[in-house]
This record gives sequence, C-alpha cells and structure tokens, in this order.
Amino acid sequence: MTSTNLVLLLLGLGLATFFYGRQKAYVVSKSHGGMRNMHSLPSQHGVMVGLWCVLPALLLVLFWKLAEPSVISSLLNSSIPASISEAGEKSVGLYKNDIANIIESGTASSDPEKQAVAERWVALSSISSWVLVAITLALAAIGAAIALRKISADTRARVMVERVVHWFLIICSSIAILTTVGIVCSVLFEAVRFFQQVSFVEFVTGTKWSPQTAIRVDQIGSSGSFGAIPLFTGTLLISAIAMVVAVPIGLLAAIYLAEYASDRMRAYAKPLLEILAGIPTVVYGFFAALTVAPAIREWGELIGLSPSSESALAAGVVMGIMIIPFVSSLSDDVITAVPQAMRDGSYALGATHSETIKKVVLPAALPGVVGGILLAASRAIGETMIVVMAAGLAANLTANPLEAVTTVTVQIVTLLTGDQEFDSAKTLAAFALGLMLFITTLILNVIALYVVRRYREQYD
Amino acid sequence: MTNPTDDSKQVAPRKDSTSIVKRTLARRYAAEKRFRFYGATAIAISLLFLVILLGSILVKGLPAFTETQMLIDVTLDAKTLGVEEGASEQELRSANYNALIKKSLREMFPEATKRKQKKELYKLVSTSAEYQVRDSLIANPSQIGQTIKVWVLADDELSALYKTGGLTDIANVTHTRLSEQQITWASSLNEQSRLKKQFNATFFKNGDSREPEQAGIRAALMGSILTLLITFLLSFPIAVATAIYLEEFAPKNRWTDLIEVNINNLAAVPSIVFGLLGLAVFINFFELPRSAPVVGGIVLSLMTLPTIIITSRAALKAVPPSIREAGRGLGASQLQVVTHHVLPLAMPGILTGTIIGLAQALGETAPLLMIGMVAFIVDIPTSVTDAATVLPVQVFLWADSPERAFLEKTSAAILVLLVFLIVMNAAAVFLRKHFERRW
Repeated sequence: MTSTNLVLLLLGLGLATFFYGRQKAYVVSKSHGGMRNMHSLPSQHGVMVGLWCVLPALLLVLFWKLAEPSVISSLLNSSIPASISEAGEKSVGLYKNDIANIIESGTASSDPEKQAVAERWVALSSISSWVLVAITLALAAIGAAIALRKISADTRARVMVERVVHWFLIICSSIAILTTVGIVCSVLFEAVRFFQQVSFVEFVTGTKWSPQTAIRVDQIGSSGSFGAIPLFTGTLLISAIAMVVAVPIGLLAAIYLAEYASDRMRAYAKPLLEILAGIPTVVYGFFAALTVAPAIREWGELIGLSPSSESALAAGVVMGIMIIPFVSSLSDDVITAVPQAMRDGSYALGATHSETIKKVVLPAALPGVVGGILLAASRAIGETMIVVMAAGLAANLTANPLEAVTTVTVQIVTLLTGDQEFDSAKTLAAFALGLMLFITTLILNVIALYVVRRYREQYD
Repeated sequence: MTNPTDDSKQVAPRKDSTSIVKRTLARRYAAEKRFRFYGATAIAISLLFLVILLGSILVKGLPAFTETQMLIDVTLDAKTLGVEEGASEQELRSANYNALIKKSLREMFPEATKRKQKKELYKLVSTSAEYQVRDSLIANPSQIGQTIKVWVLADDELSALYKTGGLTDIANVTHTRLSEQQITWASSLNEQSRLKKQFNATFFKNGDSREPEQAGIRAALMGSILTLLITFLLSFPIAVATAIYLEEFAPKNRWTDLIEVNINNLAAVPSIVFGLLGLAVFINFFELPRSAPVVGGIVLSLMTLPTIIITSRAALKAVPPSIREAGRGLGASQLQVVTHHVLPLAMPGILTGTIIGLAQALGETAPLLMIGMVAFIVDIPTSVTDAATVLPVQVFLWADSPERAFLEKTSAAILVLLVFLIVMNAAAVFLRKHFERRW
C-alpha cells in the first residue's frame, strides 16, 4: 500500500468516525435530557473523535516516512560485502546506488550478490510498509476508541477542537517565517561554501567573470575567475535604463490620472495600465529579444552606430515598460492621499493647477513617491526573464547601453540550468550571487516600506 | 489708518504686481497646458507600448493556428511495406511507411534523380507523415495493394511559404530555407491543389517536438495545470489560515510583528530567489524529483502566499466588527464567529485574491528554470511527479530555437497563455463586482 493511499484511507476513516461520533453524541444527549444539557454540540464531538482518530496516525506516518530510508539503509549495511565497506564511504554510496538502480529497473542483475542485496532491500521495504499500515490503523482505532469513550455531557469537545484549530492557524502563519529562514539558510550555506573556494574580496572587487572551472587538471584556459563587478555594473546599467523609462512616464501618468483625468477615463486607463503589470515577464523577454532589439539595431545602424544584437538598451527599455504600472499605481495612491485642504490653500493663493501639483502636491507626496520608486528599482534588479532572453551572457564591463552586458540574475540562471555537479564552484557561485541579490533587494524593500509607512502616518 | 501720501505710495506697487500677474499669465497658462499634455502623453505612450506588444504577438502568432496538409497518392504495396497480405495490426504498425511515401513523392516528381535532389524532395513532407499513412491503413486494412489519397502534414518551411501566399508568386520569394527546386515542386503541388490549410489541431494535441510542424503545447498546458493545482491546494488553505490568525486571533506581540514583517518582505523578494530555495531545499535536501510539477507547485505556492495573505486580510478587515459582536453576543465562540460569519462574508474577496495570485503563478518562469522544469517534454505528464514543463517555460524554450517556424509557435503559445490569464483575471473582476459586499 503506498503512503498516498494510506493517507487517503486515514482521511476516509476520519470522516467515518466523525459521523459515528456525532451519532453517539446524539444518543448520549438523549439520556441527559436533550442537547441543552451537553457542553458541546454533537458535531463538535464528532470532530473531536475524527481528530483523535486521524492526527496521531498521520504524525506517525510522517515520522515513519522520514526515518524509513536511513533505517533500511543501516540495516542493509550488514549485507554489504566487506570488500566494499572497507573501501570507504564513497564506494558504499556507489554500491547502494547500483542496488537502487536494480530495484528501479526491475530487471535481474548480472551480479547475483547484488541481486540478493536488492531482493533483501525490497523485502525490507515491503515489511516496513506493511508494519506501517498495521500500526497506523491500530493507532487510528485506539484514538477513535478513546475519543468515543470520552463523549459525555461534560466533555469540553468544542474547547478541544478549537485548541487544535488554533495551533493549526499558528503553524500556518509561521510558514512565512520558515520560508524566509529557508531562503536565508539555503543561499547563505552555499555561499559560505563558495567563499571557502573563492575569496570574498576577489568576488566583490574582481573585474573578470568567467565561471568555467577546469574539469580535468590539464585543461587549458578554464581556470575560472569569479570577479562579479561586471555583473553588478551590468545589472545597474539595465536597471538604470529601466528607471529612466519608467519613472518619468509612470509618475506623469499617475499625476494625470490623479489630478486631471475624468472619472470615466480613470476607470478605463487605470486597469489598462495595470495589464502591463500582469503580462508574464517571459512575454516581455520575447518582445525584447525579437522585436525591440532588432529595431534598435536597425535604427543604430541608420545613424552610424553599431549596437550589439543583445544590447542593454533593449532589455532596459522593455523592463522599463514593465515597471511603469508599479511606479504609476504606487504614486497614484500617495498623490490621492495628499489632503485636499493643501490643494485648496494653493488655489486660493492664485496658483494654477500645475503649479499646485509641482509646488505643493508633489513635495508633500515625495516620500511616498520615492518609496514607490525604490520598490520598482528592487523589482528591476531582481527581474530575470527579460534579461535572460534579451541581455546576453557576455560579461562586459561597460557603460555603453548599446553593448551587450550580463546581469546577476542571468548568471544565476545560466550557472544552474543544465546538469552539473552540485558542489562545483560554478554552481555555488550562483548561490553567492543569489545572496547578493537577496540582500540588495531586501535593503531596498525595507527602506521603501519604512518610507511609505512613515508617509502614511503623516497624513492619517 | 492711511494718509493720502502713503496711499499714493502704495498704489504704485499694487498696480505693478497686477501687471506682473497679467504679463506672466499667458506663460503660466501655457505651462499649465504643457504639463497637462505631458501627463496625457505619458498615458498614451504606455498604452501604445501595450498595443504594440500585444499587436506584434498577435500578428506573429495567428498563423500558427493553421497548418498545411499535402495530398499524396500512396500505393500501399505490401512488398515495400515489408508485410504480407492479411497481416495483423501489430505487423502493420511496424511496417515501413517511409519507403511508401518516398516512392510516391518520386512518382510525382520523376525529375528528382540525384541523391541530393531526392533528399530535398523528401523534406517537403513532415516526418510525421508516415504515422498518418499508417493510421489510415490500420483503420482500413483491406486497402493493401490499392492506391489511396492521403492528406499528410507538410514541412514547416513549405507551410510558412504556402500560408504567406509565397507560392503564387515564386519569382519573388524571400526568407525561406527552401531551395529553388523545392519551391518549384511546391508551386506545382499548389497548382494541382494538393495543398490545403486547416485548423492546427496538432498544436493542441502534441507535446514538444524538434520538428516545428509537429510541436504542440499539450504537455506544457498539462504541466501548467498540474503545477497550478498543487499551488492552489497548498497556498489557499495556508494563506486563509494565516490571514484568519493575523486578523482575528493574533495577540499584539513580537512574534506577530515578525510574521507581518516577513510576509511584507517575501512579497517583494525576486522570484528567482524562490527558485534557489526550491533547488537547495526541496531538490537537494528533501530529494524530491527534479522537473516535477509537485516541486514547481510548492515553490510557486511559497511565492504566491504573500499576495493571497495580503488580499485575504484586507477582505477579512472589510467585514464590519458589528457582525463579530453580534455573533459573540449570541454566545458563539470566537472560532465559530469566524467560520460561520466572517469567513463566508469575506470569501469573495479572498477568492479574488487567490485567483490573482494563481494568475501570477501561471505566468512565472524564473523559479521553475532553477528546479529543472526547463526540459524537453514530449510525453504528456499525467501525475504530479512526472517530468513536466509549463507554458511560460515552453515559450522560453521555443523562443531560443533557431527554426523560423518556432517563432510563430512561440507567439501562439503566448497567446494561449494570455487567454488563460485574461480568463482568470476576468473571473476575479466578476467575483469582485458581483459578490463582494460593500458595507
């Protein structure tokens, strides 16, 4: 019986015991002169019985499944030939892999010794799974029996059920923290392993990025150098181009929508602008690589320049288009939040509408606008698909937007897609870059959220 | 208190400032108009970008929804097939149909005698043509020995030329990889009405393929559906539970603050970092299968959790306190108030947020590249542990292909993806408009 089926069976049992428990509670209530004399409702008793039946058994399945592989593996150690176990841990691992392959392929191995071990393994796991089924079902039955005996007028079934639900809610809400811890640990540990091989100073000050490490010792030209400066400048260049496109357009659009546009126009233009934020980034990447980049190259050649076919400009402009709605909707919110009294005061002094906006509304809204721009910048730095598809892989250290540059995110993707050993400096470098990316965006976000919150408090 | 002399002194500057205002008024009004114009231009530019983006994809993608079929006369000669008359279905399945098709092409164009010419000739039909001939024979095994007419799939280059009308004007053909000889053959096929356009069902039936005319999005679509299913099953309950806890139960303390800060920060973490998390934790540590929708679903649900939590909290907050007070007043416990009253009332808002979060997950590519869902998938995945890819990743893969025919396939896949996104967002808007209560 697979563990999925076992869990489904348990859930079915839980449902059955719920109905049985509820029925029993009805019966008990009759002997106590009706439901009003019971502390809890029959359905609450039913849920209590169901939980007693399912929860301990489910926990058991979970722990069993976590422990099973290592237990079986250590049981098997006795049957591994001495010649292999003496040869060190590595050959034991290889041997076990062989056995796992034999089991998976389902064909008899040519080596009878291995075949015997494989059969023993299969037998052990089959025993384990049947024992698990037996113990689980027994536990479910015991739990249900205990709970059924508990059903009485004074049992505080509701309190019990609510306590379980309360804990469930707390565990669910802690997943956000677990996720952050998971992110930090996964990038940090791998990054630390990377910095044991490549010095941190070389990483943040080196100007040459070529992450090919030698697979064989005698290989030429693949010493691997991990200077990340070209990646940082490339990321900054593309993000800067994106911000140059997005900030003026987004801000002016927000001002127009908040101050000038009629309600009707607002009702149509705002959702249309937000479509830009809902389009998948891979679509923007495709657009940048196949429509914008060739167009830029043609125009560049017309005026006598020779832009690269994967220019930073194409990726930056398209990324700018993508973040227009981030800038505009956040700015729109803060501009509409500026109190009307401030505008009225300015009009009363004879200022025109645009003078009021420029001299009163925008200065008042500035912190919020800056917060929005910072959030957009963090979005631009972490954006992946557009740059992967349009910016290229060449790690050039340049400020010329017509040349190809590469970014942190592009390198993470290239280093980690495809098959390679997980421990090589090449793959670990991706995690070091990921750490840099995480820290940078985290700082930007924290500042942005702080600024926006301070601003909100000012006018609330 | 003024006296005449002072008065005369004050009149002069007052007159002056009025004149200054009058003098500068035209300029200020012009500035006003200009500013307004800038704002309108900004909106126009953004909308123009949107139109260009969608328009260019629509124009490129629409041809992919038709395919070109070619009519060939095949003599189902038992000897060439390598079977005997009255052969079983099993034998018919493994017979040599390629030889038949090649023979029929040679009969149509006897001038192809040299090896290279023959090779070019054979390239006019898709490699899947043999299956079409096979299927038509298996459906009617008594046809052995007869000559039948079969519509088979044409090659992608020929198809592109035919669909753009290049075959009617073969003197001015540009942008094709077909040789002159192939173009002449193709146009003679066209004159004999042996070519036809039809709805490209292959595109929706097949998985990925190296041959553009046989490539389809079925596998990617199934992968997307399976992945989204996992995402929904995980993120919806967890997000709703978190929102309920934070809005209805959580005490004001450090732990609650920490949770809130974390959720807000996770909402702005770049998606690729979630991919790194998935790779390091779920694939390398827990050893879940690579390329599987189950891992993709877990990663995407972690990524969409903040979105759903934030909108769910807003929906819960919008339920007026009087509802809760009335419930408590009638003796309901706090949990009963939430499950019987607050949650049902907030449900439309919560579902809206969930759909928006899932739409985000559907379009996400970068984290899935990290966990190996960037694979060449021919078989349609049927379970959440099969190797699979998703629509946006399929778009990414096709966009990299050098064959020109994949360009239109890519755009077509994008169109399918956008249709799904539009449907989901429309559903969210519908929910919000029709079920959300304003208090």
